[in-house]
Amino acid sequence: MSARVASGAVALAVLIGLPAVLSSYQLSLLTKMLIFGIFAMSLDLLLGYAGLPSLGHAAYFGVAAYTVGLLALKVANNFWIDFPAGLLMAAGVSALFGLFALRTRGSYFLMITLALGQVLWGIAFGWRSLTGGDDGLPSVPRPRLPLPWSLTEGIPFYYFVLLCFALALGLLALIVRSPFGRALVGIRESERRMEVLGYDVWRYKYVAFILAGLFAGLAGNLFVYFNGFVSPSYLNILFSASALLMVILGGAGTLVGPAIGAAVIVGLENFISAYMERWVLVLGVIYVLVTLFAPSGLVGLVRQRLGSART
Amino acid sequence: MTALEIDALSHHFGGLTALSNVSLAVAPGERLAIIGPNGAGKTTLFNLITGIFRPSAGRIRLFGRDVTRLPTHRRVQLGLARTFQITTLFPRLTVLESVLLAVQGLDPVRFTVHRRRETYGHLRERAEALLADWGLADRAGQVTRQLSYGEQRQVELVLALAGAPKVLLLDEPTAGLSPAETASVAEMIRRFSRDTTILLIEHDMDVALDLVDRVAVLFQGRVLAEGSKDTIRNDREVAAIYLGTDDDA
Repeated sequence: MSARVASGAVALAVLIGLPAVLSSYQLSLLTKMLIFGIFAMSLDLLLGYAGLPSLGHAAYFGVAAYTVGLLALKVANNFWIDFPAGLLMAAGVSALFGLFALRTRGSYFLMITLALGQVLWGIAFGWRSLTGGDDGLPSVPRPRLPLPWSLTEGIPFYYFVLLCFALALGLLALIVRSPFGRALVGIRESERRMEVLGYDVWRYKYVAFILAGLFAGLAGNLFVYFNGFVSPSYLNILFSASALLMVILGGAGTLVGPAIGAAVIVGLENFISAYMERWVLVLGVIYVLVTLFAPSGLVGLVRQRLGSART
Repeated sequence: MTALEIDALSHHFGGLTALSNVSLAVAPGERLAIIGPNGAGKTTLFNLITGIFRPSAGRIRLFGRDVTRLPTHRRVQLGLARTFQITTLFPRLTVLESVLLAVQGLDPVRFTVHRRRETYGHLRERAEALLADWGLADRAGQVTRQLSYGEQRQVELVLALAGAPKVLLLDEPTAGLSPAETASVAEMIRRFSRDTTILLIEHDMDVALDLVDRVAVLFQGRVLAEGSKDTIRNDREVAAIYLGTDDDA
């Protein structure tokens, strides 16, 4: 445990110090990694802890991004309204979708979360007058906060994202260690057993589903500010699938693993896209390699090497 | 008051009648064995009592309260517990973690999300006390799937006991065990608190009759006979069903 705290402190110190040595381009890449890290960790709560393989997690990310983008562009660029509204919409949509999705299990759950996510994609794609359709929402401004630094600058925005990342990681780490989080793991292992131990399994899954949507919404909020642009591609199945890949690559059920997985995928995408257009093909190859050679992800691989027991 | 009352319970799977008009009453602290050949409806009866299936007809009452429509977890909160014929433990979790989940299941903190579980010392104390009580303390740190089958059955019993149930349903607790393992599981059941009402499904007549006060025989979804151990031992119809196994008992 203390080793974990120590390595966490070192990682945090490195992340705090990095802006001093990175170019502004590299810093923006790192910012993106942290944002997608939050997104991957939010999905890990479902996949890694509750055992719910959602293939529509982009929905909550995208809904938050569109909400913040639309409010900032068409109503007012007011952080204190837009940011909570994005979170609220993500949580609200997951509360609604959860009612349908959690009636199913296994591959049916996969299919229904996919279908529900595609509904939102269809709305964003089709409702041109509101969402700009395929063109998306361009030039979303960054928020103005009563701080001595402007978030339009790379470094202050990076620290803002880092703060959100640390907060999300801290909260999620607390959740998965709480009685609630331990119960999710029990549900992942044996739902029927948990029922006869007195657990209201549906209620646990539903709350986990909403919490995951909420944290995905946080990532969506940050992303639209970061990118200044959101399009339907952040709502579609490909984005949901790459989030799943981030979780699996890093190691489902480890929280930090999916964040690392997100960093690897974002880094690779950035690197490979410079040389070829078939990025999705590469994603597929990564997926095959991970399932064959590192079924418990990068974190699992490291733990195996260190010979530490799984908890 | 009866601990558990089953009133004219019937259950159909499609066109197949699994249980037909079954009525049973079990007094608090009583131990009742439910015996019968394969397919007699014993496990179906347990699934109905625990709410895994909803009956086609009839009522189930727990301490006078109608629980026929209650979901499983609500019945468990009223003092019901069960084990499964096929072990559905938490294969990848440690024994201690499994027992912690069982202890936590009926604790007010079970839904707490904002505090680490380690801060609730009473959960761990109770889990460790249970493991020590039932001789599994040295297995606490082991992953469940690494235990022997016999030990897994013991863990299963400890999980069911964790909530101090008032009514405990045991579905073939000794199935698949060696004679030595069967003896130790039977010994465990004998040690259960006398306040706990027990319904026991058991294939092995000797084991069953040794552990209970009363026996009900299920055959083709109906209660064929019910009574004291001796009544059942001398029942000709029962002997006919168990032909060759218990002819002259």
